[in-house]
Amino acid sequence: MRRLLASPVTGIAAAVAALGLMSALLTPYQLTLANNIGLASLTVLGLVLLTGVAGMTSFGQAAFVGVGAYSAAVIATVPAANLPPGLSLLAGSPLGGLLLGLVATVIVASVLGAVTLRLSGHYLPLGTIAWGLSFYYLFGTTELFGGFGGISDIPALHLAGLTFSDAASLYWLIWGAVILAVLVTANLLDSRSGRAIRSLRGGQLMAESMGVNTFSAKMTAFLVAALFAAVAGWLYAYTQRFVAAAPFGTQAGIDFLFMALIGGVNRVPGAIIGAGVVVVLREWLQDVLPHLFGRTGNFETIVFGLAIVVILQKTPTGIAGALARLVPKRLWRPQARRRAVGELPRRYMPLPGEVVLEADSITRRFGGLVANNEVSLSVASGEILALIGPNGAGKSTLFNQLSAVDRPTSGEVRFLGRRIHGLTARSLAANGLARTFQHVRLIRGMSVLENAAVGAHTRGRNGVLASMLRLDRAEEARLLAEAAHQLSRVGLGDQLAIKAGSLALGQHRLVEIARALASDPCVLLLDEPAAGLRFQEKQALARLLRQLKAEGMAILLVEHDMDFVMGLADRIVVIDFGETIAAGTPEEIRVNPAVIEAYLGGAE
Amino acid sequence: MNGQIALMLGQDGMTSGAIYALLALSIILVFSVTRILLVPQGEFVTFSALTMAAMQSGRPVRLGVLVFGLALVALAMDIVAERQRHRRWTVPRTSLALAAHGLFVVGLGLSVPFDHLGLLVQIGFALLTVVPLGPLIYRVFFQPIASAPSLVLLMVAIAVHVALIGGGLLIFGPEGARTEPFSDSVVQLGPAIIASQTLWVIGVSAALTVALWLFFETSLWGKALRAAAFNRLGAELVGISPVFAGRTSMTLAALIGAVSGIVVAPITTIYYDSGFLISLKGFVGAIIGAMSSYPVAALGALMVGQAESFSTFWASSYKEIIVFTLLLPVLLWRSLRQPSVGDDE
Repeated sequence: MRRLLASPVTGIAAAVAALGLMSALLTPYQLTLANNIGLASLTVLGLVLLTGVAGMTSFGQAAFVGVGAYSAAVIATVPAANLPPGLSLLAGSPLGGLLLGLVATVIVASVLGAVTLRLSGHYLPLGTIAWGLSFYYLFGTTELFGGFGGISDIPALHLAGLTFSDAASLYWLIWGAVILAVLVTANLLDSRSGRAIRSLRGGQLMAESMGVNTFSAKMTAFLVAALFAAVAGWLYAYTQRFVAAAPFGTQAGIDFLFMALIGGVNRVPGAIIGAGVVVVLREWLQDVLPHLFGRTGNFETIVFGLAIVVILQKTPTGIAGALARLVPKRLWRPQARRRAVGELPRRYMPLPGEVVLEADSITRRFGGLVANNEVSLSVASGEILALIGPNGAGKSTLFNQLSAVDRPTSGEVRFLGRRIHGLTARSLAANGLARTFQHVRLIRGMSVLENAAVGAHTRGRNGVLASMLRLDRAEEARLLAEAAHQLSRVGLGDQLAIKAGSLALGQHRLVEIARALASDPCVLLLDEPAAGLRFQEKQALARLLRQLKAEGMAILLVEHDMDFVMGLADRIVVIDFGETIAAGTPEEIRVNPAVIEAYLGGAE
Repeated sequence: MNGQIALMLGQDGMTSGAIYALLALSIILVFSVTRILLVPQGEFVTFSALTMAAMQSGRPVRLGVLVFGLALVALAMDIVAERQRHRRWTVPRTSLALAAHGLFVVGLGLSVPFDHLGLLVQIGFALLTVVPLGPLIYRVFFQPIASAPSLVLLMVAIAVHVALIGGGLLIFGPEGARTEPFSDSVVQLGPAIIASQTLWVIGVSAALTVALWLFFETSLWGKALRAAAFNRLGAELVGISPVFAGRTSMTLAALIGAVSGIVVAPITTIYYDSGFLISLKGFVGAIIGAMSSYPVAALGALMVGQAESFSTFWASSYKEIIVFTLLLPVLLWRSLRQPSVGDDE
């Protein structure tokens, strides 16, 4: 029964039944309102993906709606002879208008994305505000687009022998598109590409270290959001049968964002709830407020503006978030996963004793501060090397040099015999270097299983389209099976479905280790893996690391827990004030006078 | 185009560029101290311009109602916050003073016939009314979420802007307004004839820039703000409270906006919703300065003014498009210089 409840087919059937019931009950005026809600939902759904999931935002979505609407209008009304050459072929065809809108949207969004997405987060919203304004003036002043008067007399939509000329028939078309978009979005989020987009929330450094191309993940979210808006615009043109620049300005772009925030910006149903609440509330406020204030004007902006402030200050998850807290957890169990057929291919492992990662006289200066001075070390396959030293000794700096997060001032790092100078953390990850972070970087809202599966990103091939159409299921099952396997190795096999944010701190570290292992690495860099673990968890971790070592993995760990290190490491390198002060077996280090002095101070 | 027209356009561009430069400085100031992209910056400009216009045409000044209302909310929030922190009822003195000030500007604004008083009195009262909006907006809207991600701060900034636009419509009505110039004289400067109001704009902008520079270089408050902008946590550890830094930077932003509004009101017709476009051009300048460099941003804003003025001549209907398209090459250049992966937050 539970499986039936969670199945997508049941969901679609329920949605269609609900839509049918609504269409029978609604008055023509309400049906028009429902169509407006559907059109807005489509655009807001894109914002849920962009803002709620990927952590970016755009105030230019209305302008993308405009691109879709104007493309439809121009192709539908302008005779072939008056169209620019190349477009004349499309003249009069509704699908041609849709195609033109989608292509134009991809071009504009790619340019905007290319120039803003590499920059820090506030340039995209500012860029989209400018784009929204430019769009408004461009379309308002261009003759082909009818100036500020717009394009009227758009014929009714004929599609596959059907005519969509009234609110009732458009109702099914619009809401059909919404259902399709919801499905496609849900599919995308529950896939390898979706996890890449969701992992942007854990910081770009983490995502790149797991082999995720963060730029293309951002671009994907931005393009999908823009395309949803363009489809909404196409539908809008055939619903209104009239297109002008006014409803596509920045103000409308802001309204879409408000809908997302009110409905719940990080949940797919939030898009529909938000669009519904805002559209209905706006109708009502536009009736009531002018009476209240004794004059006409768009006073509802005061109410919406203040509502957004309160929502962001008090309940950032919006209405959908509040509703989700009411629904009993049991209904939300993830559906049974398809069983994995076959395993993911494994990487060729270096021979035991072969040097995997090597630092050769690494020096890193920050201005006048020498964080690392001529440090050399090497880790071989089947070996555990521990890097220790007092706080501020330069361990984390060295760690960053080794994983290509930072570049040494002089000296070089070699990974599998190759200089890594100029390589990115992402390409190292793809070649078998995996790491954990001193300050844990997990996606708190994502399940433990999905967090670990981010690590397996480089072992999958399927892209965005395959995810949206569910053509990725076989590979997806193998990726998730691998993540589940690594989680059970670190002792979290029975916690797969719970949210990562609700684990204890020590368990966070274990998830990070499982995530690193899911990439099938040949070298593992662990930054304080035992911090926050209980005694028995430490022992279990030590057992696991010994086993990995026996399988031929090279392990480098930074750790403060001396009992843990002494019992586990084959060799230890001690650094202090950026310099190597000792290297050797645990027994040698234990009696080394320089180490004792560094840790306990001189005995003068 | 002949030289005479070029001179005229250049003069126009210089005037608006000077205003954009001021706004760009203020946007960067607020952003570097609080991480807020102050979209409502333009509302300070329009509110002060429209307040001046209301006074000059003998209408009552109703903006005080907004000041008083916000001050009451701020007072209530402060009392609740004190109650939660110290478990006793106290009335914080600053917010009480702001509420009293709000009542004062409501009373004066509704009763005093400002059209019979001099320009200086009008300017003084416009400043007294608009500037308190800065710290009040910070207290009510931003202080409760001061440590939220910058994306959230941006969305709140947009929401405040939208609410203020609605409020502006309610307070000032939909009609545009223009005020009387400070003086009617014109100045002959070589071949150019310059309206004295232009000189006022440029002079006041320059003076305000110098005053800000002195404030940041020599005064303790200015240095504290610079410290907070440089390293928020470090500044907090040496006793510069983020609340103080936020409130002070917003007060300065409101002051800069209000002064800009007063000097620009005789030149352009201002509507209740003109602020958005004005502040966006300040944003273009600030982006050219990478949200961090004051001189580059000021220079960028002056260029925006020129681009706008000259495109009015050549392609007036595409004026706004040209100005905002300027952003693309700037962003592209910044994007190419960016290291491949920076870690955010």
